Amino acid sequence: MDLEEQERIKQTVEANGGADDIVAILGSPDAESAGMFAETVSLGDPTYAGALAGVSLKLPVYHVTEPEIKAVVDPAVYAEQIEMMEIALDTDAIWKAVQGVRARAAG
Amino acid sequence: MSQVPVVQGVACVLAHVPGLVPLGSKPSRELAKDPALGEAVRGHLRDYRDAVAYGPNQAFIGNLRPQALFDAPQPWWQHPLAEAPRTGPFGEVLPEEEFWGLLKLADDFDLLHLDAAVAAGAAERLRRHPLLGDMDLAKLAGGVAPGAVAAGAAAPGHLALADARGRCVGYAVPGHEEDISQTPHILLENLAAKATGALALRHLLRQTGTAPDRIDYLLGCGEEAVGDRYQRGGGNLAKAMAELAGLPNAGGADVKAFCCAPVHALVLGGALIAAGVQEHAVVVGGGSLAKLGMKFRGALAHDMPILEDCLAAVAIQLGPDDGAGDPRLRLDVVGKHNVAIGGAPRPLYEALVLRPLQRAGLAIPDVDRYAVELHNGEIMEAGGSGNVARTNYRTIASLAVVSGQLPRDRVDAFEREHGMPGYAPTQGHIPAAVPYLAHAREEMRAGAIRRALFVAKGSLFLGKMTNLADGMSVLVEAAS
Repeated sequence: MDLEEQERIKQTVEANGGADDIVAILGSPDAESAGMFAETVSLGDPTYAGALAGVSLKLPVYHVTEPEIKAVVDPAVYAEQIEMMEIALDTDAIWKAVQGVRARAAG
Repeated sequence: MSQVPVVQGVACVLAHVPGLVPLGSKPSRELAKDPALGEAVRGHLRDYRDAVAYGPNQAFIGNLRPQALFDAPQPWWQHPLAEAPRTGPFGEVLPEEEFWGLLKLADDFDLLHLDAAVAAGAAERLRRHPLLGDMDLAKLAGGVAPGAVAAGAAAPGHLALADARGRCVGYAVPGHEEDISQTPHILLENLAAKATGALALRHLLRQTGTAPDRIDYLLGCGEEAVGDRYQRGGGNLAKAMAELAGLPNAGGADVKAFCCAPVHALVLGGALIAAGVQEHAVVVGGGSLAKLGMKFRGALAHDMPILEDCLAAVAIQLGPDDGAGDPRLRLDVVGKHNVAIGGAPRPLYEALVLRPLQRAGLAIPDVDRYAVELHNGEIMEAGGSGNVARTNYRTIASLAVVSGQLPRDRVDAFEREHGMPGYAPTQGHIPAAVPYLAHAREEMRAGAIRRALFVAKGSLFLGKMTNLADGMSVLVEAAS
């Protein structure tokens, strides 16, 4: 994940006084980037390059196409903003990658 | 419309510049923090033979169709082509030894000081170059004696230039001691764009056979910033390229729109011809020094060569329809991204793809080929960015599905049936759809395809003046 973005996420969490009430939602286009970003915001930057290197924010992280997110979005908004990309992306692989990170973060 | 603008020729050229990879934006910043990385970078540079024999580069200069890369053994970098000439129908791969010379030819202000032997070697090779031999090679006489070159390269404020092996070939100096918009790095970036743009122009005129004095107007579409402390982005590098390429009757201007600029420029150039303002308009974009080695970390991590080692330039000649069978620019099928559309993919692609086609009575599957962001997938995936071209094609297919124009089970096949692998060097504005225009023109003239839609997007938000993205599209159609 871009180093500037890592810094901004870290600062957002710090300004909030912690990870409470914060959820990370990803729009990554494939499994590899989704998994990498998911890991960065929960367990720490796996490339050890940015502000979140060695920093486990433990943010709950979801991809925007996951059922948990779809369930809480207005269907009309979802249809306009996300539905098309849900077809375009390999959601099976993306969900597997992000779910895998959540499982590791919980363990 | 009084004139129908047609695409009379497209040049696509590469300059293989491994020595400049450490001066790309990302490598230079990383090397400043960790100079020890320099050895690893130099150890992962490709030699000229491998760069020429690289499938995507051969497709870029026109020796094979990009679609052929679908079935070529991958990774492409590990399977150099046996038949890999330096030149192709659209251009060539210029070696680094000649590029130093071309760079100096582009320099009218003594910004660049080359080692005398390097300059002489370049002059000798360029003298024999069929398209560059008539340039002012006397500019390459002289040069700096070996001892003085090392001193000049090490002087404070100067920028050392080295070849792929790390040997000093010269140095660049600031344009003005108080001007941060004319650092040697910035000036080198601009010279590199100017030099490669002029090379593309020379190949373009060879291809079309148009006399140089018949070119009226150039539209630059690169992302460099040419200017000084009072006007940092003053621009009109197009005019400088026209001068270097020897186009005496050409005026010009630059079109600035990040990666979207080439397609904007194509539409604007077509409009000038349609309105009878100009007879021949040329769209030209030079190479980007800043983007060399951008994903070098990915290359090192995967122990593969740094594939972002080429500057790429494109030049497109538009003219009035003279019945010679060239494809037409359909200025009635243009998509643009308006301010109110916002950033979500669906409204963006509806504006760029669905609605312009609908206005012409066409559905998404009616277009034979889509040219989208054609970044080389091999480079993008190693750098963690995913396969950009594939995502674009799947997005267009998905739009067709939600618009009732394509069954859902045809989405996977859309990339092959209507697209191509990303094959262009990751040089910003260059891979933004237009390299395929060279192939599309040939395929249309041969009757192999009828319609191609060129769809570009631009990351305006990178300039921090807006959060908006940009987009522009235009349909190209075979002569009837």
